[in-house]
Amino acid sequence: MSVTTAPRPQRLHRLERPAITGVLVREVVNFSSYWRSATFSSTVEPTIYLLAFGFGFGALVNNINGLEPVQFVATGTVATAVLFSAAFPAMFGTFVKYQFQRTYDAILAAPVDTEELVTAETLWIATRAGVYGCVPMVVAVFFGLEPSWGMLTVPLIGWVSGFGWANFGIMTAGFAKSIENFNYIVSAVLTPLFLLAGSFFPLDSFPTWLQVLGNLNPLHQTVELVRDAVFGTWEWNDLARLGLLVVFGLIMWRIAIYAMTRKLID
Amino acid sequence: MERELAIRLRGAVKRYGEITAVDGLNLSVPVGTCVGLLGPNGAGKSTTMRLLTAQSIADEGEIEVLGFRLPEESKMARAQCGVVPQLDNLDVTLTVEQNLLVFSHLYRVPHTERKAAIERGLEMARLVDRRDTRVDKLSGGMRRRLLIARALIHRPRLVLLDEPTVGLDPQVRQQLWALIDALRTEGTTILMSTHYIEEAQRLADTVLIMSHGECAATGPPSELVLKHAGREVLEVYGPPARLAEVEAQAQSEGLRTRRTGTSISILNVDGFRGFEGERRPANLEDVFVLLTGEEIG
Repeated sequence: MSVTTAPRPQRLHRLERPAITGVLVREVVNFSSYWRSATFSSTVEPTIYLLAFGFGFGALVNNINGLEPVQFVATGTVATAVLFSAAFPAMFGTFVKYQFQRTYDAILAAPVDTEELVTAETLWIATRAGVYGCVPMVVAVFFGLEPSWGMLTVPLIGWVSGFGWANFGIMTAGFAKSIENFNYIVSAVLTPLFLLAGSFFPLDSFPTWLQVLGNLNPLHQTVELVRDAVFGTWEWNDLARLGLLVVFGLIMWRIAIYAMTRKLID
Repeated sequence: MERELAIRLRGAVKRYGEITAVDGLNLSVPVGTCVGLLGPNGAGKSTTMRLLTAQSIADEGEIEVLGFRLPEESKMARAQCGVVPQLDNLDVTLTVEQNLLVFSHLYRVPHTERKAAIERGLEMARLVDRRDTRVDKLSGGMRRRLLIARALIHRPRLVLLDEPTVGLDPQVRQQLWALIDALRTEGTTILMSTHYIEEAQRLADTVLIMSHGECAATGPPSELVLKHAGREVLEVYGPPARLAEVEAQAQSEGLRTRRTGTSISILNVDGFRGFEGERRPANLEDVFVLLTGEEIG
Protein backbone atom coordinates (compact mmCIF):
# COMPACT_ATOMS: atom_id res chain seq x y z
CA MET A 1 0.00 0.00 0.00
CA SER A 2 1.21 3.52 -0.72
CA VAL A 3 0.78 6.61 1.38
CA THR A 4 -1.79 9.02 0.01
CA THR A 5 -0.26 12.04 -1.66
CA ALA A 6 -3.05 14.00 -3.35
CA PRO A 7 -4.11 16.73 -3.11
CA ARG A 8 -0.90 18.27 -1.80
CA PRO A 9 -1.49 21.78 -0.50
CA GLN A 10 0.83 24.71 -0.73
CA ARG A 11 3.81 24.29 1.56
CA LEU A 12 3.30 25.95 4.94
CA HIS A 13 6.01 28.08 6.47
CA ARG A 14 7.09 29.52 9.81
CA LEU A 15 5.26 32.47 11.36
CA GLU A 16 2.33 32.46 9.00
CA ARG A 17 -0.25 35.20 9.17
CA PRO A 18 -3.31 32.86 9.15
CA ALA A 19 -1.95 30.93 12.13
CA ILE A 20 -1.18 34.09 14.10
CA THR A 21 -4.55 35.57 13.14
CA GLY A 22 -6.30 32.39 14.29
CA VAL A 23 -4.76 32.61 17.75
CA LEU A 24 -5.44 36.35 17.91
CA VAL A 25 -9.09 35.78 16.99
CA ARG A 26 -9.35 33.33 19.86
CA GLU A 27 -7.88 35.89 22.25
CA VAL A 28 -10.10 38.71 21.03
CA VAL A 29 -13.27 36.59 21.21
CA ASN A 30 -12.29 35.39 24.68
CA PHE A 31 -11.52 38.94 25.74
CA SER A 32 -15.15 39.83 25.09
CA SER A 33 -16.07 37.52 27.97
CA TYR A 34 -13.62 38.89 30.56
CA TRP A 35 -12.70 42.42 29.48
CA ARG A 36 -14.36 44.00 32.48
CA SER A 37 -12.29 42.16 35.08
CA ALA A 38 -9.09 42.43 33.03
CA THR A 39 -9.58 46.16 32.52
CA PHE A 40 -10.41 46.65 36.18
CA SER A 41 -7.32 44.90 37.48
CA SER A 42 -5.00 46.41 34.90
CA THR A 43 -6.11 49.98 35.47
CA VAL A 44 -7.33 50.34 39.03
CA GLU A 45 -4.15 49.05 40.66
CA PRO A 46 -1.73 51.43 38.90
CA THR A 47 -4.19 54.25 39.42
CA ILE A 48 -4.19 53.60 43.15
CA TYR A 49 -0.39 53.68 43.09
CA LEU A 50 -0.57 56.96 41.22
CA LEU A 51 -2.95 58.55 43.68
CA ALA A 52 -1.27 57.14 46.79
CA PHE A 53 2.34 57.85 45.82
CA GLY A 54 1.59 61.00 43.86
CA PHE A 55 -0.34 62.72 46.57
CA GLY A 56 1.59 61.01 49.35
CA PHE A 57 4.91 62.37 48.11
CA GLY A 58 3.23 65.59 47.19
CA ALA A 59 2.63 66.22 50.87
CA LEU A 60 6.34 65.70 51.62
CA VAL A 61 8.20 67.23 48.68
CA ASN A 62 7.49 69.98 46.18
CA ASN A 63 9.29 68.49 43.22
CA ILE A 64 11.17 65.40 42.13
CA ASN A 65 13.86 65.98 39.50
CA GLY A 66 12.12 69.20 38.53
CA LEU A 67 8.68 67.62 38.23
CA GLU A 68 5.66 67.86 40.48
CA PRO A 69 5.23 64.60 42.41
CA VAL A 70 1.96 63.73 40.62
CA GLN A 71 3.61 64.30 37.24
CA PHE A 72 6.66 62.27 38.22
CA VAL A 73 4.64 59.36 39.59
CA ALA A 74 1.97 59.46 36.83
CA THR A 75 4.55 58.99 34.10
CA GLY A 76 6.40 56.40 36.16
CA THR A 77 3.22 54.45 36.83
CA VAL A 78 2.71 53.96 33.09
CA ALA A 79 5.55 51.44 33.20
CA THR A 80 4.00 49.79 36.25
CA ALA A 81 0.71 49.46 34.40
CA VAL A 82 2.52 47.97 31.41
CA LEU A 83 4.27 45.47 33.67
CA PHE A 84 1.06 44.54 35.48
CA SER A 85 -0.94 44.10 32.29
CA ALA A 86 1.78 42.19 30.43
CA ALA A 87 3.90 40.00 32.71
CA PHE A 88 1.18 38.83 35.08
CA PRO A 89 -1.51 37.87 32.53
CA ALA A 90 1.19 36.20 30.46
CA MET A 91 2.46 34.15 33.40
CA PHE A 92 -0.87 33.07 34.83
CA GLY A 93 -2.81 32.98 31.56
CA THR A 94 -0.23 30.81 29.83
CA PHE A 95 0.06 28.41 32.74
CA VAL A 96 -3.72 28.03 33.04
CA LYS A 97 -4.12 27.52 29.31
CA TYR A 98 -1.61 24.71 29.04
CA GLN A 99 -1.96 23.08 32.43
CA PHE A 100 -5.64 23.33 33.31
CA GLN A 101 -7.65 24.27 30.24
CA ARG A 102 -5.50 22.32 27.76
CA THR A 103 -6.22 25.08 25.27
CA TYR A 104 -2.79 24.86 23.68
CA ASP A 105 -3.24 21.15 22.96
CA ALA A 106 -6.28 22.06 20.88
CA ILE A 107 -4.51 24.92 19.11
CA LEU A 108 -1.39 22.89 18.32
CA ALA A 109 -3.53 20.13 16.81
CA ALA A 110 -4.52 22.76 14.20
CA PRO A 111 -1.97 24.08 11.66
CA VAL A 112 -0.35 26.33 14.25
CA ASP A 113 3.21 25.88 15.58
CA THR A 114 4.46 26.82 19.03
CA GLU A 115 6.41 29.74 17.58
CA GLU A 116 3.23 31.16 16.07
CA LEU A 117 1.24 30.48 19.20
CA VAL A 118 3.72 32.33 21.43
CA THR A 119 4.07 35.17 18.93
CA ALA A 120 0.32 35.69 18.66
CA GLU A 121 -0.18 35.54 22.42
CA THR A 122 2.57 38.05 23.05
CA LEU A 123 1.34 40.41 20.32
CA TRP A 124 -2.08 40.43 21.89
CA ILE A 125 -0.81 40.95 25.44
CA ALA A 126 1.57 43.70 24.27
CA THR A 127 -1.30 45.49 22.56
CA ARG A 128 -3.40 45.34 25.70
CA ALA A 129 -0.43 46.54 27.76
CA GLY A 130 0.12 49.46 25.38
CA VAL A 131 -3.47 50.55 25.90
CA TYR A 132 -3.74 49.85 29.63
CA GLY A 133 -0.40 51.51 30.23
CA CYS A 134 -1.92 54.85 29.24
CA VAL A 135 -4.58 54.75 31.93
CA PRO A 136 -2.52 56.30 34.77
CA MET A 137 -1.40 59.02 32.37
CA VAL A 138 -4.99 59.80 31.34
CA VAL A 139 -6.12 59.78 34.98
CA ALA A 140 -3.26 62.13 35.85
CA VAL A 141 -4.48 64.62 33.24
CA PHE A 142 -7.49 65.13 35.50
CA PHE A 143 -5.10 65.83 38.38
CA GLY A 144 -3.00 68.43 36.63
CA LEU A 145 -0.76 66.61 34.16
CA GLU A 146 -0.64 68.82 31.12
CA PRO A 147 -1.63 67.09 27.83
CA SER A 148 1.09 67.00 25.18
CA TRP A 149 1.57 65.63 21.66
CA GLY A 150 4.28 63.37 22.96
CA MET A 151 1.64 61.46 24.91
CA LEU A 152 0.50 59.95 21.62
CA THR A 153 3.72 57.92 21.49
CA VAL A 154 3.17 56.42 24.94
CA PRO A 155 0.98 53.51 23.68
CA LEU A 156 3.80 52.60 21.31
CA ILE A 157 6.39 52.71 24.10
CA GLY A 158 4.02 50.63 26.23
CA TRP A 159 3.63 48.17 23.35
CA VAL A 160 7.37 47.70 22.88
CA SER A 161 7.91 47.30 26.61
CA GLY A 162 4.81 45.10 26.94
CA PHE A 163 6.13 42.83 24.19
CA GLY A 164 9.19 42.08 26.30
CA TRP A 165 7.27 41.65 29.54
CA ALA A 166 4.63 39.45 27.91
CA ASN A 167 7.39 37.20 26.61
CA PHE A 168 9.02 37.28 30.03
CA GLY A 169 5.71 36.05 31.52
CA ILE A 170 5.27 33.32 28.90
CA MET A 171 8.87 32.24 29.39
CA THR A 172 8.33 32.04 33.15
CA ALA A 173 5.18 29.96 32.64
CA GLY A 174 7.06 27.73 30.21
CA PHE A 175 9.79 26.95 32.71
CA ALA A 176 7.51 26.74 35.78
CA LYS A 177 6.80 23.29 37.14
CA SER A 178 3.86 24.52 39.21
CA ILE A 179 1.95 27.75 39.59
CA GLU A 180 3.54 28.21 43.04
CA ASN A 181 6.89 28.73 41.26
CA PHE A 182 5.61 32.15 40.26
CA ASN A 183 6.05 33.30 43.86
CA TYR A 184 9.83 33.16 43.39
CA ILE A 185 9.67 35.21 40.22
CA VAL A 186 7.33 37.82 41.66
CA SER A 187 9.33 38.23 44.87
CA ALA A 188 12.87 37.86 43.55
CA VAL A 189 12.60 39.38 40.08
CA LEU A 190 9.53 41.48 39.40
CA THR A 191 9.25 43.30 42.73
CA PRO A 192 12.91 44.46 42.72
CA LEU A 193 12.64 45.50 39.08
CA PHE A 194 9.41 47.33 39.84
CA LEU A 195 10.98 49.24 42.74
CA LEU A 196 14.22 49.84 40.86
CA ALA A 197 12.50 51.40 37.87
CA GLY A 198 12.49 55.01 38.97
CA SER A 199 8.70 55.08 38.90
CA PHE A 200 8.20 56.50 42.38
CA PHE A 201 11.61 57.93 43.25
CA PRO A 202 14.57 58.84 41.05
CA LEU A 203 17.29 56.28 40.55
CA ASP A 204 19.99 58.82 41.46
CA SER A 205 18.89 58.55 45.08
CA PHE A 206 20.17 54.95 45.12
CA PRO A 207 23.77 53.75 45.69
CA THR A 208 25.87 53.67 42.52
CA TRP A 209 25.77 49.90 42.09
CA LEU A 210 21.99 49.96 42.26
CA GLN A 211 21.92 52.78 39.72
CA VAL A 212 23.99 50.64 37.35
CA LEU A 213 21.60 47.73 37.82
CA GLY A 214 18.66 50.09 37.44
CA ASN A 215 19.92 51.28 34.09
CA LEU A 216 19.84 47.69 32.85
CA ASN A 217 16.24 47.38 33.98
CA PRO A 218 13.89 47.51 30.95
CA LEU A 219 11.20 48.92 33.21
CA HIS A 220 13.44 51.89 34.03
CA GLN A 221 14.03 52.51 30.34
CA THR A 222 10.27 52.44 29.85
CA VAL A 223 9.82 55.02 32.62
CA GLU A 224 12.47 57.34 31.14
CA LEU A 225 11.08 57.04 27.62
CA VAL A 226 7.56 57.82 28.81
CA ARG A 227 8.74 60.85 30.78
CA ASP A 228 10.73 62.19 27.85
CA ALA A 229 7.75 61.64 25.55
CA VAL A 230 5.21 63.27 27.84
CA PHE A 231 7.37 66.27 28.77
CA GLY A 232 8.99 66.66 25.36
CA THR A 233 12.51 66.17 26.72
CA TRP A 234 13.73 63.80 24.01
CA GLU A 235 17.45 63.08 23.94
CA TRP A 236 19.61 60.96 21.68
CA ASN A 237 20.08 58.39 24.39
CA ASP A 238 16.35 57.67 24.16
CA LEU A 239 17.18 55.78 21.00
CA ALA A 240 19.52 53.60 23.05
CA ARG A 241 16.74 53.11 25.61
CA LEU A 242 14.34 52.08 22.85
CA GLY A 243 16.99 49.77 21.42
CA LEU A 244 17.46 48.15 24.80
CA LEU A 245 13.70 47.51 25.03
CA VAL A 246 13.67 46.02 21.54
CA VAL A 247 16.63 43.76 22.34
CA PHE A 248 14.99 42.77 25.64
CA GLY A 249 11.78 41.91 23.78
CA LEU A 250 13.52 39.90 21.07
CA ILE A 251 15.62 37.90 23.54
CA MET A 252 12.60 37.19 25.72
CA TRP A 253 10.58 36.21 22.64
CA ARG A 254 13.06 33.56 21.53
CA ILE A 255 13.47 32.20 25.07
CA ALA A 256 9.68 32.12 25.53
CA ILE A 257 9.34 30.08 22.31
CA TYR A 258 12.07 27.72 23.49
CA ALA A 259 10.47 27.29 26.92
CA MET A 260 7.00 26.70 25.52
CA THR A 261 8.24 24.27 22.88
CA ARG A 262 9.86 22.23 25.65
CA LYS A 263 6.63 22.38 27.61
CA LEU A 264 4.17 21.60 24.82
CA ILE A 265 6.06 19.27 22.50
CA ASP A 266 7.51 16.18 24.11
CA MET B 1 -5.10 -2.94 -6.49
CA GLU B 2 -2.82 -0.76 -4.39
CA ARG B 3 -4.67 1.04 -1.61
CA GLU B 4 -3.62 4.47 -0.41
CA LEU B 5 -2.76 4.99 3.22
CA ALA B 6 -3.83 7.98 5.27
CA ILE B 7 -1.49 7.02 8.13
CA ARG B 8 1.68 4.99 8.04
CA LEU B 9 3.82 4.29 11.11
CA ARG B 10 6.88 2.09 10.79
CA GLY B 11 8.79 1.11 13.89
CA ALA B 12 7.65 4.18 15.84
CA VAL B 13 9.26 4.44 19.27
CA LYS B 14 8.52 7.04 21.94
CA ARG B 15 10.31 7.00 25.27
CA TYR B 16 9.77 9.10 28.37
CA GLY B 17 12.88 8.51 30.42
CA GLU B 18 12.85 4.86 31.45
CA ILE B 19 9.33 4.30 30.15
CA THR B 20 8.76 3.26 26.55
CA ALA B 21 5.24 4.46 25.76
CA VAL B 22 5.27 3.35 22.12
CA ASP B 23 7.59 0.49 21.28
CA GLY B 24 8.26 -0.13 17.60
CA LEU B 25 4.67 0.37 16.48
CA ASN B 26 3.63 -0.34 12.90
CA LEU B 27 0.26 1.04 11.89
CA SER B 28 -1.43 1.41 8.52
CA VAL B 29 -4.71 3.24 8.11
CA PRO B 30 -6.10 2.96 4.57
CA VAL B 31 -7.98 5.96 3.20
CA GLY B 32 -11.71 5.85 3.87
CA THR B 33 -11.57 3.30 6.68
CA CYS B 34 -12.07 3.45 10.42
CA VAL B 35 -9.26 1.91 12.43
CA GLY B 36 -9.63 1.36 16.15
CA LEU B 37 -6.68 1.44 18.54
CA LEU B 38 -7.83 -0.79 21.33
CA GLY B 39 -5.99 -1.11 24.57
CA PRO B 40 -6.11 -0.49 28.31
CA ASN B 41 -5.04 2.75 29.96
CA GLY B 42 -1.30 3.18 29.58
CA ALA B 43 -1.10 1.03 26.45
CA GLY B 44 0.28 3.94 24.41
CA LYS B 45 -2.86 4.94 22.53
CA SER B 46 -2.83 8.64 23.45
CA THR B 47 0.91 8.87 22.83
CA THR B 48 0.34 7.39 19.38
CA MET B 49 -2.30 10.06 18.76
CA ARG B 50 0.13 12.78 19.86
CA LEU B 51 2.80 11.38 17.55
CA LEU B 52 0.37 11.85 14.66
CA THR B 53 -0.06 15.56 15.38
CA ALA B 54 3.66 16.01 16.14
CA GLN B 55 2.84 17.09 19.68
CA SER B 56 5.12 14.21 20.58
CA ILE B 57 8.21 13.54 18.51
CA ALA B 58 9.15 9.91 17.90
CA ASP B 59 12.60 8.81 19.07
CA GLU B 60 12.80 6.23 16.28
CA GLY B 61 10.82 5.13 13.26
CA GLU B 62 8.96 6.76 10.40
CA ILE B 63 5.61 8.47 10.48
CA GLU B 64 3.63 9.70 7.51
CA VAL B 65 0.20 11.31 7.68
CA LEU B 66 -1.71 12.02 4.46
CA GLY B 67 1.56 11.74 2.59
CA PHE B 68 3.43 14.20 4.80
CA ARG B 69 6.52 13.13 6.72
CA LEU B 70 6.40 13.93 10.42
CA PRO B 71 7.53 15.92 12.24
CA GLU B 72 8.99 18.04 9.40
CA GLU B 73 5.74 18.44 7.48
CA SER B 74 3.30 18.04 10.34
CA LYS B 75 1.77 21.47 9.88
CA MET B 76 0.53 20.53 6.43
CA ALA B 77 -0.83 17.25 7.75
CA ARG B 78 -2.57 19.01 10.63
CA ALA B 79 -4.26 21.39 8.19
CA GLN B 80 -6.12 18.38 6.81
CA CYS B 81 -6.73 16.54 10.09
CA GLY B 82 -9.35 16.98 12.76
CA VAL B 83 -8.51 16.00 16.31
CA VAL B 84 -10.99 15.16 19.05
CA PRO B 85 -9.04 15.02 22.31
CA GLN B 86 -9.68 12.74 25.22
CA LEU B 87 -9.88 15.71 27.59
CA ASP B 88 -12.44 18.41 26.90
CA ASN B 89 -10.51 21.59 26.00
CA LEU B 90 -13.33 23.78 24.77
CA ASP B 91 -13.30 27.46 25.71
CA VAL B 92 -15.89 27.25 28.44
CA THR B 93 -16.64 30.95 28.77
CA LEU B 94 -17.43 31.23 25.06
CA THR B 95 -20.67 30.29 23.40
CA VAL B 96 -21.09 27.25 21.19
CA GLU B 97 -20.97 29.41 18.06
CA GLN B 98 -17.91 31.35 19.25
CA ASN B 99 -16.02 28.09 19.80
CA LEU B 100 -16.74 27.06 16.22
CA LEU B 101 -15.85 30.54 14.95
CA VAL B 102 -12.44 30.44 16.65
CA PHE B 103 -11.59 27.06 15.19
CA SER B 104 -12.82 28.04 11.74
CA HIS B 105 -10.04 30.64 11.88
CA LEU B 106 -7.45 28.27 13.35
CA TYR B 107 -8.23 25.71 10.64
CA ARG B 108 -8.11 28.42 7.97
CA VAL B 109 -11.63 28.02 6.64
CA PRO B 110 -11.89 30.67 3.89
CA HIS B 111 -13.80 33.80 4.85
CA THR B 112 -16.56 33.14 2.30
CA GLU B 113 -17.17 29.62 3.63
CA ARG B 114 -16.89 30.37 7.34
CA LYS B 115 -20.55 31.07 8.05
CA ALA B 116 -21.71 27.91 6.27
CA ALA B 117 -19.03 25.86 8.07
CA ILE B 118 -20.25 27.09 11.44
CA GLU B 119 -23.88 26.33 10.56
CA ARG B 120 -22.87 22.86 9.41
CA GLY B 121 -21.00 22.35 12.69
CA LEU B 122 -24.01 23.47 14.73
CA GLU B 123 -26.25 21.05 12.84
CA MET B 124 -23.78 18.20 13.16
CA ALA B 125 -23.53 18.76 16.91
CA ARG B 126 -27.31 19.21 17.05
CA LEU B 127 -26.76 22.48 18.87
CA VAL B 128 -28.43 24.92 16.48
CA ASP B 129 -30.81 26.13 19.18
CA ARG B 130 -27.93 26.34 21.67
CA ARG B 131 -25.63 28.45 19.51
CA ASP B 132 -25.63 31.31 22.01
CA THR B 133 -25.28 29.12 25.09
CA ARG B 134 -22.01 29.28 26.98
CA VAL B 135 -20.16 25.99 26.90
CA ASP B 136 -20.07 25.73 30.70
CA LYS B 137 -23.87 25.54 30.60
CA LEU B 138 -23.90 22.49 28.29
CA SER B 139 -24.26 18.85 29.35
CA GLY B 140 -21.35 16.44 28.96
CA GLY B 141 -22.87 14.89 25.85
CA MET B 142 -23.43 18.27 24.20
CA ARG B 143 -19.84 19.26 24.91
CA ARG B 144 -18.55 16.06 23.33
CA ARG B 145 -20.68 16.63 20.24
CA LEU B 146 -19.34 20.17 20.04
CA LEU B 147 -15.76 18.86 20.34
CA ILE B 148 -16.39 16.58 17.38
CA ALA B 149 -18.06 19.33 15.33
CA ARG B 150 -15.13 21.64 16.14
CA ALA B 151 -12.68 19.06 14.79
CA LEU B 152 -14.70 18.75 11.57
CA ILE B 153 -15.21 22.47 10.91
CA HIS B 154 -12.77 22.40 7.96
CA ARG B 155 -13.97 19.10 6.48
CA PRO B 156 -10.77 17.18 7.31
CA ARG B 157 -9.71 14.16 5.28
CA LEU B 158 -8.56 12.39 8.44
CA VAL B 159 -10.10 12.47 11.92
CA LEU B 160 -8.24 11.39 15.05
CA LEU B 161 -10.59 10.50 17.89
CA ASP B 162 -8.85 9.93 21.21
CA GLU B 163 -11.21 8.01 23.49
CA PRO B 164 -14.21 9.88 22.11
CA THR B 165 -16.77 8.46 24.52
CA VAL B 166 -14.75 7.99 27.70
CA GLY B 167 -16.69 8.83 30.82
CA LEU B 168 -20.04 9.27 29.07
CA ASP B 169 -23.26 7.48 29.92
CA PRO B 170 -24.56 4.77 27.55
CA GLN B 171 -27.20 6.94 25.81
CA VAL B 172 -24.71 9.70 25.03
CA ARG B 173 -22.17 7.13 23.91
CA GLN B 174 -24.65 5.73 21.40
CA GLN B 175 -25.41 9.23 20.08
CA LEU B 176 -21.72 9.73 19.44
CA TRP B 177 -21.40 6.33 17.81
CA ALA B 178 -24.11 7.38 15.36
CA LEU B 179 -22.18 10.57 14.64
CA ILE B 180 -18.91 8.70 14.07
CA ASP B 181 -20.66 6.07 11.96
CA ALA B 182 -22.12 8.83 9.76
CA LEU B 183 -18.62 10.24 9.26
CA ARG B 184 -17.30 6.84 8.29
CA THR B 185 -20.15 6.36 5.85
CA GLU B 186 -19.28 9.68 4.21
CA GLY B 187 -15.80 8.31 3.53
CA THR B 188 -13.78 10.22 6.12
CA THR B 189 -10.74 8.30 7.33
CA ILE B 190 -10.90 7.75 11.08
CA LEU B 191 -8.36 6.61 13.62
CA MET B 192 -10.06 6.10 16.96
CA SER B 193 -8.46 5.06 20.20
CA THR B 194 -10.70 3.42 22.75
CA HIS B 195 -10.66 1.04 25.64
CA TYR B 196 -14.28 0.09 25.08
CA ILE B 197 -14.52 -3.28 23.30
CA GLU B 198 -18.02 -2.64 22.03
CA GLU B 199 -17.01 0.70 20.54
CA ALA B 200 -14.18 -0.84 18.55
CA GLN B 201 -16.29 -3.79 17.46
CA ARG B 202 -19.16 -1.59 16.24
CA LEU B 203 -17.27 1.18 14.52
CA ALA B 204 -13.89 -0.05 13.37
CA ASP B 205 -13.21 -1.77 10.06
CA THR B 206 -9.85 -2.82 11.47
CA VAL B 207 -8.71 -3.05 15.07
CA LEU B 208 -5.15 -2.79 16.33
CA ILE B 209 -4.81 -4.19 19.81
CA MET B 210 -2.12 -2.34 21.73
CA SER B 211 -0.37 -3.49 24.82
CA HIS B 212 2.68 -1.92 26.45
CA GLY B 213 3.20 0.29 23.42
CA GLU B 214 3.26 -2.59 20.96
CA CYS B 215 0.86 -4.07 18.47
CA ALA B 216 -0.45 -7.34 19.89
CA ALA B 217 -2.68 -8.11 16.92
CA THR B 218 -4.36 -6.35 14.06
CA GLY B 219 -7.18 -7.11 11.64
CA PRO B 220 -10.92 -6.81 11.15
CA PRO B 221 -12.70 -7.53 14.47
CA SER B 222 -14.52 -10.62 13.20
CA GLU B 223 -11.31 -12.06 11.72
CA LEU B 224 -9.38 -11.44 14.91
CA VAL B 225 -12.05 -13.17 16.93
CA LEU B 226 -12.22 -16.13 14.57
CA LYS B 227 -8.45 -16.45 14.36
CA HIS B 228 -7.70 -16.25 18.08
CA ALA B 229 -10.86 -17.32 19.89
CA GLY B 230 -12.84 -19.33 17.34
CA ARG B 231 -16.60 -19.13 17.01
CA GLU B 232 -17.62 -20.35 20.43
CA VAL B 233 -16.34 -20.00 23.96
CA LEU B 234 -17.29 -22.22 26.86
CA GLU B 235 -17.73 -20.51 30.22
CA VAL B 236 -17.19 -22.91 33.10
CA TYR B 237 -18.20 -21.76 36.58
CA GLY B 238 -17.17 -23.21 39.88
CA PRO B 239 -14.96 -22.84 42.94
CA PRO B 240 -11.30 -21.85 42.37
CA ALA B 241 -10.03 -25.43 42.73
CA ARG B 242 -12.45 -26.66 40.09
CA LEU B 243 -11.51 -23.79 37.74
CA ALA B 244 -7.82 -24.64 38.12
CA GLU B 245 -8.58 -28.27 37.34
CA VAL B 246 -10.61 -27.34 34.21
CA GLU B 247 -7.90 -24.93 33.09
CA ALA B 248 -5.19 -27.57 33.34
CA GLN B 249 -7.33 -30.15 31.58
CA ALA B 250 -8.28 -27.76 28.74
CA GLN B 251 -4.69 -26.79 28.21
CA SER B 252 -3.65 -30.42 28.10
CA GLU B 253 -6.21 -30.85 25.31
CA GLY B 254 -4.46 -28.03 23.43
CA LEU B 255 -7.20 -25.47 24.11
CA ARG B 256 -6.57 -21.86 25.08
CA THR B 257 -8.18 -20.48 28.20
CA ARG B 258 -8.63 -17.21 30.01
CA ARG B 259 -9.75 -16.40 33.52
CA THR B 260 -12.80 -14.14 33.80
CA GLY B 261 -13.18 -13.58 37.53
CA THR B 262 -15.71 -16.19 38.65
CA SER B 263 -15.30 -18.45 35.64
CA ILE B 264 -12.83 -19.78 33.18
CA SER B 265 -13.36 -19.29 29.47
CA ILE B 266 -12.21 -22.03 27.15
CA LEU B 267 -11.68 -20.57 23.70
CA ASN B 268 -12.17 -22.10 20.31
CA VAL B 269 -14.43 -24.93 21.50
CA ASP B 270 -16.30 -25.21 18.19
CA GLY B 271 -17.49 -28.83 18.20
CA PHE B 272 -15.59 -29.73 21.40
CA ARG B 273 -17.71 -31.49 24.02
CA GLY B 274 -15.31 -32.08 26.92
CA PHE B 275 -16.76 -29.85 29.67
CA GLU B 276 -20.07 -28.78 31.08
CA GLY B 277 -20.64 -25.04 30.86
CA GLU B 278 -22.36 -22.20 29.06
CA ARG B 279 -21.56 -21.68 25.40
CA ARG B 280 -21.48 -18.17 24.00
CA PRO B 281 -20.12 -16.53 20.85
CA ALA B 282 -16.45 -15.56 21.08
CA ASN B 283 -15.80 -11.83 21.19
CA LEU B 284 -13.05 -9.26 20.91
CA GLU B 285 -12.53 -9.15 24.66
CA ASP B 286 -11.58 -12.84 24.57
CA VAL B 287 -8.95 -11.97 21.97
CA PHE B 288 -7.63 -9.03 23.90
CA VAL B 289 -7.28 -10.87 27.19
CA LEU B 290 -5.82 -13.88 25.47
CA LEU B 291 -3.17 -11.86 23.67
CA THR B 292 -2.26 -9.39 26.34
CA GLY B 293 -3.28 -10.99 29.59
CA GLU B 294 -5.00 -7.75 30.58
CA GLU B 295 -8.63 -7.14 31.45
CA ILE B 296 -10.17 -4.10 29.79
CA GLY B 297 -13.18 -1.88 30.45
